[in-house]
Amino acid sequence: MRQRTRLLKIIFVFFLLVVPSLDLSQVRERFPKPDFQTDYVRPNLITPATRSPILEYMDIFVLVAVLFLVTYSAHKQRSRRQIFLLMVFSLVYFGFYRKGCVCSVGAIQNVSYALFTSAYAIPFTVIAFFVLPLIFTLFYGRTFCAAVCPLGAIQDAVVLKPTKVPAWLANVLGVIPYIYLGLVLLFAATGAGFIICQYDPFIGFFRFGASFGMVIFGLSMLLLGTVVARPYCRFLCPYGVLLSWMSRLSKWHVKITPTECNNCRLCEESCPFGAIKKPSETVHLENRQAEIKRLAVLFVLLPVVLIGTGWIGSRLNIPLSRQHFTVSLAEEILLENSGKRTEMTDATTAFRAAGKPTEELFEEARIIQDKFKVGGWIVGGFIGLIIWIKLINAFIRRKQPEYYIDTGMCLSCARCFSYCPYEQVRLGIITPEEADKLGTRKVKIKQFRA
Amino acid sequence: MNRRNFIRTGFQAFAGLTIGGIAGLLFSRSSSEEMVWQLDPNLCVQCEKCSVNCVLPNSAVKCVHSYSMCGYCDLCSGYLQPGAKARDTGAESQLCPSGAIKRTFIEDPYFQYTIDEDLCIGCGKCVKGCDSFGNGSLYLQVRHDRCLNCNQCSIARLCPSRAWKRVPASQPYILRGDESKRYLES
Ligand code: SF4
Ligand code: SF4
Ligand code: SF4
Ligand code: SF4
Repeated sequence: MRQRTRLLKIIFVFFLLVVPSLDLSQVRERFPKPDFQTDYVRPNLITPATRSPILEYMDIFVLVAVLFLVTYSAHKQRSRRQIFLLMVFSLVYFGFYRKGCVCSVGAIQNVSYALFTSAYAIPFTVIAFFVLPLIFTLFYGRTFCAAVCPLGAIQDAVVLKPTKVPAWLANVLGVIPYIYLGLVLLFAATGAGFIICQYDPFIGFFRFGASFGMVIFGLSMLLLGTVVARPYCRFLCPYGVLLSWMSRLSKWHVKITPTECNNCRLCEESCPFGAIKKPSETVHLENRQAEIKRLAVLFVLLPVVLIGTGWIGSRLNIPLSRQHFTVSLAEEILLENSGKRTEMTDATTAFRAAGKPTEELFEEARIIQDKFKVGGWIVGGFIGLIIWIKLINAFIRRKQPEYYIDTGMCLSCARCFSYCPYEQVRLGIITPEEADKLGTRKVKIKQFRA
Repeated sequence: MNRRNFIRTGFQAFAGLTIGGIAGLLFSRSSSEEMVWQLDPNLCVQCEKCSVNCVLPNSAVKCVHSYSMCGYCDLCSGYLQPGAKARDTGAESQLCPSGAIKRTFIEDPYFQYTIDEDLCIGCGKCVKGCDSFGNGSLYLQVRHDRCLNCNQCSIARLCPSRAWKRVPASQPYILRGDESKRYLES
């Protein structure tokens, strides 16, 4: 037996000398498997199972159930209290229990990735989380945002002293989610990564741990959220873009008043998200002329805007594609080959050890850069179109006789309802006569109720 | 007003059909199975990123041991420091920074090496040792009882050797040796 040990030692030294020249990616069996004399049994390698599929389906069930309940609370019960309780539930379940994954916001990336990468089999759960809130919103408005989304919930919980963001500023900041959405789709489609997950400010709270930078980002978002209600939802969330489109088209959206509006102005300041709009005055004819002229100019400008922003987008392909692993690896290899850098990185070491020809890598990197170029045109053009539409909207004034909700921005949180005197009537707190007296208008306007 | 309603209904139908279309397309490519993250030990270069980049403070990546491949060496290059003076269990001769590998005598000259997962930080130092001079029976794997299955694994994003991929939940490990056969049957 002693001899055997010595033999092993010799082999060991031998390998010390020879190994560096061997291909490291291969599994080796340098030492013979022992023949045990005793009745020793090799232990079993334990491989804990993944989360049970039943629990995955339960996530979908909970999603649907909470969506139904929130919608019911907002539309039929008109109860902020119920919505708040459901919101706390979602925060606990989707946030702290499920640790923020799977989430509808992040699902955009899986969808984009799946649409462009046939090798990726997108899980059923992820499709459900992506599609169901959109469908609900198309019918009932953004009840998902009100109390299902854990990211919304954590921000909603810290809304203390919401201040008004000036309309022009809100409009300008409102472009950011579109840019973010465009980049998210581009990065996911090209396989450069999932940036929503990477820059999710709140996930660190759900998991009680994040990198220092993200903790600072998350904390400042929450701090800001005490005075600017739900900053992420309004000025960043890419899923919010899709939801706001659906919500604008929604068949039944919540209304401030259960019955009628008499322009008492009581609800004017009640929405922390600035979704309640004042009635607009009648448009004068002279203005109309100038307006039409401006619109004409804008229409002529459209192609210029689209080509301009698209071009900018396509020019960004080099810096953006650097986020893709293959491209950054190719650049590092290039630097090393040209002798500009002498230190090898882990990535270049691994690449060189794998023995793939560098030409192949460069070719792959070029293809990805080209994809970023095409994608840059599309995303750039899309952002240009959005800015253009925002400009058009700023010039078109529609006659609006009463206080109304901007359905794209409204999160169906039910905060504003109780400010309305007719809601007070519905709740039996005041009489209809008292409510009427609060109005500034002689003739009351009946609200359309579906 | 009527015209406006008509346009509105048109847009609604368009939105509904778009969502439906995308959903249909996705379903045709979907799997009812969850995908989970795993790293391919044959690509891993033990860069130590696994131990620090996981979102969990205590990484979900741990060292595993395919006993079927192990040489049960007395002079284990995954257990002992390269220049270790004594072949013993003293902390100064161990490679593992957290003392997670337990060495037990089986019979002359064989020793069994067991990983204490609660101590292992997934740094891969032992893996490097075993890979370079031993049988490669020690390697890193995501442990699915710990992993949160993040939509974007933050280790995968930074892995320099692209060792990470999404695998079907029914075959959640990429194992070596006889142990790898357990997923072939299913
Ligand atoms: S329900 Fe009322 S308060 Fe809530 S977001 Fe909509 S308009 Fe604002
Ligand atoms: S990050 Fe990749 S190369 Fe580094 S230890 Fe983990 S699997 Fe191995
Ligand atoms: S050396 Fe690193 S990977 Fe190996 S057992 Fe110790 S902590 Fe785990
Ligand atoms: S998926 Fe998340 S929890 Fe699992 S190994 Fe990766 S970072 Fe860690």
